[in-house]
Amino acid sequence: MTDATHGGRELPVMDEAVPSWKLLLTLTLAGALAGLAVVLLYDFTLPGIEAYKAGVLRTAIAEVLHAPKRADTLWLQGGALTATRPPEEEARRAERVYRGYDDAGRPVGYAIAVVEPGFSEQMHLLVGYDPAGHRLLGMKVLESKETPGIADKVEKPVFTAQFTGRVVPLVGLKATERDRVAHDPSAVLMITGATISSRAVLRGINRVLAHWQPYLDAYRPPAGRS
Amino acid sequence: MRCHAMPDVPGRRKPTATEDFMRGLWKENPTFVQMLGMCPTMAITNSVKNAIAMGLATLVVQLGSNIFVSMFRKRIPNEVRISTYILIIATFVQIVDIGTESLVPETHRALGAFIPLIVANCLLLGRQEAFSSVNTVWRSALDGVGMGLGFTFGLMTVGTVREILGSGSWLGMRVMPANFEPWAIMNMPPGGFFGFGLVLLGFAWFKDKQKRRATLAVALAPAPVARPALEEAVV
Repeated sequence: MTDATHGGRELPVMDEAVPSWKLLLTLTLAGALAGLAVVLLYDFTLPGIEAYKAGVLRTAIAEVLHAPKRADTLWLQGGALTATRPPEEEARRAERVYRGYDDAGRPVGYAIAVVEPGFSEQMHLLVGYDPAGHRLLGMKVLESKETPGIADKVEKPVFTAQFTGRVVPLVGLKATERDRVAHDPSAVLMITGATISSRAVLRGINRVLAHWQPYLDAYRPPAGRS
Repeated sequence: MRCHAMPDVPGRRKPTATEDFMRGLWKENPTFVQMLGMCPTMAITNSVKNAIAMGLATLVVQLGSNIFVSMFRKRIPNEVRISTYILIIATFVQIVDIGTESLVPETHRALGAFIPLIVANCLLLGRQEAFSSVNTVWRSALDGVGMGLGFTFGLMTVGTVREILGSGSWLGMRVMPANFEPWAIMNMPPGGFFGFGLVLLGFAWFKDKQKRRATLAVALAPAPVARPALEEAVV
């Protein structure tokens, strides 16, 4: 540290230089403590978060398959559906569907997740599907960030209720074509002012069900199970 | 090692605890006066519920980071202070993100991507630089709560205008007549600008009215009587 004068005026005293190891130590300690706090909180809250997500999924499956007695998860492995859960790491990535059963143990259909880009972001849907009749049993929007007040109508029953009983591939009709809905088993009335979001829902459902149809047709449950 | 120069100015009165707390609520309100944190102000004020949730989430981050920065202000070298402050702020944002997902998952879903974006709210880093890095933990905590509540108040005000005009409701309760046609644009991103503009207009009008009233009161006040002269006259 040095004192100096300039034209009779005292110059500001300079700070002592901080050694580099001290700067590095400060950042390392701050990072380590921050990491520890976040990881501990994450581990502590993870079971609750997963339980909530599982609960939301269970409720949605019950809704689109009309309250089945139970639902089994089927995993897509090696080009075929199987009821055997793959190892943990693979299970996280593997595609899956949920097969529902009624009180008598008869299959009632499949609950299938659909993810499709909407007007704003990805829309997450769940559809109930009967592969034998190519017919939808129900549809629910799990997550969407479409424009509030306009495109978020795709989440409301006035739109979602139309899907029950419709035959895929779905066809979207404009409000002016309302009369055709009753005569066309594949027709769904789109929302005026939310055409992009409505189209995205239909496109996503058609695409995902076309992808799953051959696997669902080929699936044979293990002996002793329905 | 030294951090920042203390801002105490000789002869200037030290602010009271109430002044530290009230500063963010009105005089230096983050939304209306400092105009900081505009991203959430535009993005999530389409409903009062979301505005309150975002305001409270920001309050928790502001309070937590203010306390930690103030607590370690003499240990954090000046040369790495920005990185350290951002790390502290980001940690609290992550804690709030995980905490809301665990405790209030529906609200977490509604706020979507905006909780992580709190980390980029310039109000937070601004307060660390301007206040917490040079003040005690107690004063920094008061400043954090004041600024957080002031920000919540700002978001709520904009949210009130947008929800009433955009949906005809306030906090989900119907407040407009049944024949009211909601202004859909108020729910969309441009509605954020319109809503904020309307609120700023009202805020500026109110402040101007207060100022004119104060000026008028001074002008109309009776002139002080020169007592010694009066006394001389009587004598």
